[in-house]
Amino acid sequence: MSGQMTGARMVVQALRDQGVDTVFGYPGGAVLPIYDEIFQQNDIRHILVRHEQGAVHMAEGYARSTGKPGVVLVTSGPGATNAVTGLTDALLDSIPLVVLTGQVPTFMIGTDGFQEADTVGITRPCTKHNWLVKDTDKLAETIHQAFHVATQGRPGPVLIDIPKDVQFATGTYVAPKATRTGHYQPKVKGDIDLITELVEWMETAQRPILYTGGGLINSGPGASQLLRELADATGFPVTSTLMGLGAYPASGKNWIGMLGMHGLYEANLAMHGCDLMINLGARFDDRITGRIADFSPRSKKAHVDIDPSSINKVIHVDLGIVGDVGHVLEDLLKVWKSRGRKVNKEGLAKWWAQIDEWKAKKCLTYRNSDQVIKPQYALERLEALTKGRDRYITTEVGQHQMWAAQFLGFDAPNRWMTSGGLGTMGYGLPASIGVQVAHPDALVINVAGEASWLMNMQEMGTAVQFRAPVKQFILNNERLGMVRQWQQLLHGERYSHSWSESLPDFVKLAEAFGCKGAKVDSPKDLDDAIMAMIEYDGPFILDVLVEKHENCFPMIPSGKPHNEMLLGDASTEGAIQAGGAVLV
Amino acid sequence: MSALKIKKGSSSHSAYDLRDPNAEIIEAHTLAVMVDNEVGVLARVIGLFSGRGYNIDSLTVAEVDHKGHRSRITVVTRGTPAVIEQIKAQLGRLVPVHEVHDLTVEGPSVERELALFKVVGAGEKRIEALRLAEIFRANVVDSTLESFVFEITGTPEKIDAFAELMRPLGLSDVARTGVAALARGA
Ligand SMILES: Cc1ncc(C[n+]2csc(CCOP(=O)(O)OP(=O)(O)O)c2C)c(N)n1
Ligand SMILES: [Mg+2]
Repeated sequence: MSGQMTGARMVVQALRDQGVDTVFGYPGGAVLPIYDEIFQQNDIRHILVRHEQGAVHMAEGYARSTGKPGVVLVTSGPGATNAVTGLTDALLDSIPLVVLTGQVPTFMIGTDGFQEADTVGITRPCTKHNWLVKDTDKLAETIHQAFHVATQGRPGPVLIDIPKDVQFATGTYVAPKATRTGHYQPKVKGDIDLITELVEWMETAQRPILYTGGGLINSGPGASQLLRELADATGFPVTSTLMGLGAYPASGKNWIGMLGMHGLYEANLAMHGCDLMINLGARFDDRITGRIADFSPRSKKAHVDIDPSSINKVIHVDLGIVGDVGHVLEDLLKVWKSRGRKVNKEGLAKWWAQIDEWKAKKCLTYRNSDQVIKPQYALERLEALTKGRDRYITTEVGQHQMWAAQFLGFDAPNRWMTSGGLGTMGYGLPASIGVQVAHPDALVINVAGEASWLMNMQEMGTAVQFRAPVKQFILNNERLGMVRQWQQLLHGERYSHSWSESLPDFVKLAEAFGCKGAKVDSPKDLDDAIMAMIEYDGPFILDVLVEKHENCFPMIPSGKPHNEMLLGDASTEGAIQAGGAVLV
Repeated sequence: MSALKIKKGSSSHSAYDLRDPNAEIIEAHTLAVMVDNEVGVLARVIGLFSGRGYNIDSLTVAEVDHKGHRSRITVVTRGTPAVIEQIKAQLGRLVPVHEVHDLTVEGPSVERELALFKVVGAGEKRIEALRLAEIFRANVVDSTLESFVFEITGTPEKIDAFAELMRPLGLSDVARTGVAALARGA
């Protein structure tokens, strides 16, 4: 479709041509022409949020669970500034988003007009790229380019700022096929010589480990499939970052659990003690590495990443392969097979014996209680009662998030949505709605802390309005639990402002929003409460009153190496010195 | 804060120093960055440097291909070899950036800067300024009875040297363009 049309109509046409079925948004003066067009069509569904931050997190949940870019439409000024946290979140977690903002008309830009903000200036550092479109003839092409940039290479959020006069004016529509996508064509194939070198290392490695990350999820389900093939064929152990959970199944025989600050003992020690580390789409984040100088000191390291700037950014590697991890895995498997499928069997057997010894430590053991609900127990029960279902999990940020990562198992990619890089409290509730909108019949659960949940609780209204039956599983410790834990371990038990005072009655709150709520405070009632939540046909808030002072272990204190992990309360005394306290 | 041995300064690159404490030596590199001359591209490049804590010693920019709307940004930056590599990779992932060349390592290159110096004085000093300007092949582009404006081109070091000599002779204002650089040869 091409021809003459207004800018506002072009926006809707371009979204349609890009295959967009859902837009998360909030109207205002500077986007009224676009909302007028949305009103006059039925192809694209608009989800009216309650706060623009919610719209962006919903789009993230949508994107992360479908692999398609999420689309957001907000007005100028406060609409755009409210989107900034979500944009930053999506940038750090490499989530493809296309965010459209209204802007004051071109002739008013720079005059401090009503609801004028320098949106491209404000969002330049928190988008992968952004555009201000001053000419209606360029609008369609810019939107198509935006989809290209958001989804190609390392995915990320992009923003298009559209002045109101550009929306009203008439111009020529250009279809996606006729659009020049420009020179932005990131390399997807890895260098075959480097891949062959890595295969050689794999053939002799005694203690190899596959360290996987969110890049595998972003690369698409094919990449996860190839990872499974590689791990199962070679017998190499697999660990993953928070962002990569599900790429290799938690029920798979080579799975050794999540690594990192609150990762499993066996995963962290295997990272520390390996002789060959193969990083597949992860980025050596500081939550993973701990103290750089002592990070996996005796290993050769290979790093596969689509973003050249990720390689050697934090950890200097011996082999950097730039390319899409799915393509690289395909070639890697081909080369490995063609050279006779060799591995160091003897070395691997010993390595697994060592890993099994570490596993026997059972690092997730906690002291259960029949009086109060332990948060770990709540998650174990949630896992047991939802396991076989078509299930998607989102989380907020804090202890509950780490426990969810430890105690829930993911057997498929795109089933786990959490704010990893930015650690944004308030992410989980809107993200769960975004996921539910994309998967109307699935069971979507947000594992929440009471404090995080309050940050975007207004979005319950969105869930009710659009009949998104999201389940809000609130582990209510009446504390900013993760902050409290750090204060206990690092700040002499001075609990400065880390408790949740004046909490609302979550059951009444649910009623006020027009959905259902329940409260549970005894371990013996927990299963029934979870079942009632799952079986309810609509949005549900379950207020789970849990132990208030539980700490999340294992924990690698900031600035410590992997082999100096804290396993439980007994090991924490004096464990963290001032040097570590400056780190976040 | 200092008791905790947190390294200050942008070259440590991160808010806190997780880097190898035995950091290598700091080097100056001249980068040529070819970009689409689109709105905001310079802000993007500068924002990258300030946001990630990299240094800019000098920066020049102008459209060099009017038809293709291509600009050439020449940045002189400093950092350890690892940081320099990061800077190049980070520049390379900006969408409007086409090419990044590290002229310092890619082979011999020529670097030139243009500067204007205003020197105010009379008598012996004035004569001495003119004599030195000749030695440095600086041109007089404006003169009054008590002042000269010299125009000089050369490497930044040559311009620094000229500035040092002019200071006691009544140097009052300096304007420098920053470095423009090209690889030598075909
Ligand atoms: C927007 C935002 N503000 C502050 C923080 C710092 N922070 C991290 S975890 C946390 C406490 C979260 O409390 P809650 O949601 O109840 O989870 P819990 O740790 O108790 O499970 C805080 C304040 C953050 N991550 N995000
Ligand atoms: Mg809490």
